[in-house]
Amino acid sequence: MQHFISPVLWQFLIKWLTYFAIFPPEASTIAPYADALYFFLVAISAVGLGAVIFLVVYFSIRYRKELNPVATQIEGSTLLEATWTIIPLILFMVCFVWGALLYFRIYSPPTNAMNIYVVGKQWMWKVEHPGGQHEINALHIPINQPIQITLISQDVFHSFSIPAFRVKREAIPGRYNTEWFEATTPGTYHIFCTQYCGTLHSQMIGEVVAMTEEDYEAWAAQSTSGNSLAQNGERLFASLGCNSCHNSGPNAHGPNLANVYGSHLQLKNGSFVTADDAFLRDTILNPTMHEVAGFAPIMPTYQGQVSEEGLIDLVEYIRRLDTQYRIDQTIDNSAGQPIQTGATPPGTSAPALAPGTVKQ
Amino acid sequence: MSTIVTLPDQRTATLPKVSYLNKEYGLKSWLLTGDHKRIAVLYLISITFFFFIGGAMAGLIRLELLTPPSDLLAADTYNKVFTAHGIIMVFLFLVPSVPATIGNFVIPIMVGAKDLAFPKINLLSWYLYVAAGCMLLWALVSGGVDTGWTFTTPLSTHYLNTHVVTAGLAVFVAGFSSIFTGLNFIVTIHRMRAPGMTWFRLPLFVWSHYAASILMVLGTPVLAITLTLVVLERTIGIGVFDPTKGGDPLLFQHLFWFYSHPAVYIMILPGMGVISEVMSTFSRKRVFGYTAVAFSSVAIAVFGFFVWAHHMFVMGISSYSALVFSLLTMLVAVPSAIKIFNWSATLYKGSITFETPMLYAFGFIGLFTIGGLTGVFLGSMGMDIHLTETYFIVAHFHFVMVGGMLMAYLSGVHFWWPKITGRMYPEGVSKLAAVITFVGFVLTFFPQFILGYLGMPRRYAAYPAEFQVLNVFSSAGASVLGVGYLLPLLYLTWSLKYGKIAGSNPWQATGLEWQIQSPPLTENFVETPIVTHEAYDYEWLESKKENEVPTVG
Repeated sequence: MQHFISPVLWQFLIKWLTYFAIFPPEASTIAPYADALYFFLVAISAVGLGAVIFLVVYFSIRYRKELNPVATQIEGSTLLEATWTIIPLILFMVCFVWGALLYFRIYSPPTNAMNIYVVGKQWMWKVEHPGGQHEINALHIPINQPIQITLISQDVFHSFSIPAFRVKREAIPGRYNTEWFEATTPGTYHIFCTQYCGTLHSQMIGEVVAMTEEDYEAWAAQSTSGNSLAQNGERLFASLGCNSCHNSGPNAHGPNLANVYGSHLQLKNGSFVTADDAFLRDTILNPTMHEVAGFAPIMPTYQGQVSEEGLIDLVEYIRRLDTQYRIDQTIDNSAGQPIQTGATPPGTSAPALAPGTVKQ
Repeated sequence: MSTIVTLPDQRTATLPKVSYLNKEYGLKSWLLTGDHKRIAVLYLISITFFFFIGGAMAGLIRLELLTPPSDLLAADTYNKVFTAHGIIMVFLFLVPSVPATIGNFVIPIMVGAKDLAFPKINLLSWYLYVAAGCMLLWALVSGGVDTGWTFTTPLSTHYLNTHVVTAGLAVFVAGFSSIFTGLNFIVTIHRMRAPGMTWFRLPLFVWSHYAASILMVLGTPVLAITLTLVVLERTIGIGVFDPTKGGDPLLFQHLFWFYSHPAVYIMILPGMGVISEVMSTFSRKRVFGYTAVAFSSVAIAVFGFFVWAHHMFVMGISSYSALVFSLLTMLVAVPSAIKIFNWSATLYKGSITFETPMLYAFGFIGLFTIGGLTGVFLGSMGMDIHLTETYFIVAHFHFVMVGGMLMAYLSGVHFWWPKITGRMYPEGVSKLAAVITFVGFVLTFFPQFILGYLGMPRRYAAYPAEFQVLNVFSSAGASVLGVGYLLPLLYLTWSLKYGKIAGSNPWQATGLEWQIQSPPLTENFVETPIVTHEAYDYEWLESKKENEVPTVG
């Protein structure tokens, strides 16, 4: 064959056809479940379409004017109407239930999931690992380990999509969304921003690198910036002056934040709220949004003073205040005393960034 | 293949001496007309103009996507091109396509009225349409707009420097054109039916337009409010959608889709009306299950209002509201299935011929079935997570909107062309165009389903190399599709002068519009018709022909 066409064209065709993708890789625990529903939907669609095509083609041949010069007028049939109402309805209900089960499977993270923060901005993905690894448009993860992505956007709507894992969720300004997955096969897969986000939308792409556990640990050890997110959070906590109120001293104006993460708090209006990532973020930026019972609304807003990454650092710091942090502690932080390194005067907008942190 | 066309003898045939086309002459008689038929023709010309502009944009998109990098168009140009394509095709073509042209022309005649209830509002509707079109063209030539047709906030309000306000106001104005058309139809159908024309004697075309009109009148104001808020947010920063001011960007999504999901039914329902007429006429048989088809239109209109949040399954709405919206989405699929099966059953024991409108209608049934069934994929919450915002969505709504609605529109244009112009289109070349359109369409959009499952995101100017082969198929199909759409423009224009004279009822159809001369008189009827028969009563038509001597031809 290659003797008959130009070698350049031949090479081009070979390259073209070997690249030809027709089905995405199944690289997460969710993927087989999603594909099973997909094949079911394809099957019922094929049957439904086949039925319609068969009816139209068969009647068109059998009752064309040459064979059937005079039409027989038929009013309709309640029985048939009921049939083709109920059968599609049942099939669609199966799709509904199956789809709902899959939805809850995809969006309900297991409790042992490893949390990674992702911030979308025009036009890149910034990934923040709790261990202090910062990545742009790349996400390194271990396989066989559930990963929860806490997503937020610092500007417009984005959407964090990994087709090989069959997961996707929008990154929305001002609110945390989560998605989770567990990779099963080592490899490199696409990350796409799928929500139109402006000029370079199509370049807001990246790669997930799924690695074996040993490879991942090696990568994590050599890629860390040296300071964990919680450590960055502690510096920021001090530099913003948070600890002047949120300390455990006798004259503290604000609540002691140890063990606050995950607890149920009663608000002034009597309702209860769980202190999760979103709650902490909201109370830092807009303290009057949730007024907790027993405290005067004296906290100033930090709107515009902390970047999304800074907020993530603070959240990470507060969520670890009960358990791990006291053990992990590497820098001195006695209550009320600003720490030495990286501290900026209170009121400045720039968060303290550790060396090696990627600032965008 | 046989045909039912009964044309007058061409040597002696003449067009009627007086008709709506030649009653008055001059530009002024057209621009200040109150005649629904002339306004329909004005609409036909203007939406054809915008259709080809939108089509040229689609051609540019497919040319760009021939190769993986964004080489033909830079990324920002590409964004402007697909935005222009979307806004023009949705608001300036699909929404007014069948209602404002064919509906405007035949609905008053079908119900036995002289005109629509408010002729001047009808004319105003066309002027608003033209104003909207001019504003949008201005936005395009003065630099373009790159929000996407969805105007997503906060991108549209805070992050773009293009002509968002002009484009938003253009859509706002176009919305009022649509509201006025809907209002006119509702009042006309309620108040101006001829004696004896009961609700259940109305052609199904009228029923589907009634359902669509309700959606236009109730849904479009929400779009107007939404766009007003976007414009205010952009100009004076009121902060309804801005999270830093305490606004909620998801609120925009709710408001926008509260209109824009019903809008897809505004677009498709009139097309379904065309298919009912065409299937019945060319099977020589009443539509199977008339009441089921009529009420399924109403059911689509009612359920259509309560499914909007299925556009937001991945946006972080609560899981329980997602459940409700997914369930309702499944329910709205059922009336569409009912229609498809009733149309298929209409063929049973018919006496079927295969004129061009019928070929387009067959195309509609096949492609709309695929479009509808893939909608079930997307309504199924877990599947939607993977498929939404990819080319699967693009393929799905093009199967419904282009494979469905555009096929129905072309079917209707060919079907009523003899009535509108008094002349026949050339049958051979038009059948060829129907087949080319079908083949080109499938080649263009079927590969996009596969691309979508692979994960290729929509609105990408550049894409990874492994998606190229399918994109090349799609672009090749688009060029075939382009030929399929250019052909009718050419031969229909040709037929205005050279087409055979049609006579009043070339298809031997039963609707009232076929019982009057082609083209009709300005007043439509010489005397008010008294209706004594059901819709699609071919036996009545036979007996009428036996008792009457044809007077036109």
